[in-house]
Amino acid sequence: MSGATTPLPAPPAPPRGRSSAAGRVLPPALLVAALIGLWELYARVGSVDDFILPAPSEIADALWRDRGLLWDNLLVTAQEVGLGVLVALVLGFGLAAALHFSGTLRRGTYPLLVASQAVPIVIVAPLLVVWFGFGIVPKLAIIALVCFFPVVVTTLDALDGADPDQLKLLRTLDASRWQAFRYAEAPAALPAALSGAKIAVAVAVIGAVFAEYAGSSEGLGHLMLQAIPQLETPRAYAAVVLLAAFAVALFSALGLAERRLVPWANRRQEGPNRP
Amino acid sequence: METRLEAPAQEPRNVEGPAGEIHLAGVSRAFARRDGSPVPAVAGVDLDVAAGETVAVVGPSGCGKTTLLELVCGLQAPDSGTVRAAPAVLMPQRDLLLPWLTAIDNAALALRIGGASRAQARERAHPLFAQFGLEGFERARPHELSGGMRQRVAFLRTLLSGKPVLCLDEPFGALDALTRREMQEWLAGALAREPRTVLLVTHDVEEAVLLADRIVVLSPRPGRVVAELAVNLPRPRAATDPTLVALRERALEALRT
Repeated sequence: MSGATTPLPAPPAPPRGRSSAAGRVLPPALLVAALIGLWELYARVGSVDDFILPAPSEIADALWRDRGLLWDNLLVTAQEVGLGVLVALVLGFGLAAALHFSGTLRRGTYPLLVASQAVPIVIVAPLLVVWFGFGIVPKLAIIALVCFFPVVVTTLDALDGADPDQLKLLRTLDASRWQAFRYAEAPAALPAALSGAKIAVAVAVIGAVFAEYAGSSEGLGHLMLQAIPQLETPRAYAAVVLLAAFAVALFSALGLAERRLVPWANRRQEGPNRP
Repeated sequence: METRLEAPAQEPRNVEGPAGEIHLAGVSRAFARRDGSPVPAVAGVDLDVAAGETVAVVGPSGCGKTTLLELVCGLQAPDSGTVRAAPAVLMPQRDLLLPWLTAIDNAALALRIGGASRAQARERAHPLFAQFGLEGFERARPHELSGGMRQRVAFLRTLLSGKPVLCLDEPFGALDALTRREMQEWLAGALAREPRTVLLVTHDVEEAVLLADRIVVLSPRPGRVVAELAVNLPRPRAATDPTLVALRERALEALRT
């Protein structure tokens, strides 16, 4: 009762290849290596022209040769994506909370939010450029437009899904509507909100490329747009590689944030399989 | 302070009235089926609980026991009849501890809601942890605690709400038999130290006989009071006491009829 814990016998050894670092890194590394190998083979032997599909070796070459150019433009795009995601998260969480609290607001605006996702960026981009010019603001608007939606949907569903018994209990403890949100609904929704954020970062990069296509003088999207007519396809692909790596980095950063912010959820997921 | 409910569910929570008492008179409550036809949960229930009394409500499943507690807690309003009850707090079968809070923050939740700072709330909850056999587990997360310990923390949360009436809804129903017995003894001790008016809903007749001053037996749905048994036994009680065993048999008999 006082929790005197007797030492348990050592747990059985974890299943082979599961928890060791090599076991986790090796399979995806092999898969990527195999895909790159096949691609190289296809680009060299196949009938597709170099300027349509460059070989991985050419892309690697471009990555190194144009490293200064690529780096400068990556910084521009990274800044747009970072800030754009931030805007989308603030907007997404705020909207989800507002729609959760107000049924009227939800009935009025939810269909509009869904409709906003059907609007092709190419249609609104010129308007945004007219309103906000060629600076960073229209880029943020486009990125936010592309990626706020998954944040709203996942967060709102999770807020609505809070345990009704929990809310009853809080009512008998005299919690206000706001306190019920603060103590029960918001923390319960956090894991889902972070999942929404992960989806958002994955699409934010595409949003940034769209935004730069619509009108810009720098950034990796702009670089691609210029490289393709100049038949510098390897450079365009090098930009894609960087964009993909950046998306993976952002996604992983959110995964780390999730572990810190929702330790209880991680623990439950890992549960009995924890080594 | 008193809750008086004839209609809207959350209306007056602060009408002056008898401290710690519960009075139900002719209380009925029905729910609508999906097709709109009403399902009566409780029908014409009269129940008076004196301040400091422990009353156990036993009955077959689906006899509206939980509805009764929610009426007393002001979570529902009766369709007819009157509910007059001092401020009541609910302790459900599931502990419903918040997984993102430590044990002590869960126990002190009502204090935080009442406006205390986190430090103040912890300071007030801390001495109870030692008293109630939870010392050293203040900072543990709910998933690190056993079922019995989680229920203790849930009970502390209920106590710390400062309300005179505790509504316990099958508080140990989810525990294994051994832990349940241990927790029943623990609860008897806890109530001896911190007397409150208790309305205990259970389907375990033995639990009722061990803990209550009086047992109220409800009929199958819709729930009506069909029998009342006084348990005039000294505490602490032993489940093997022949008087207690006889009472248990009488309660079971009343349940069957």
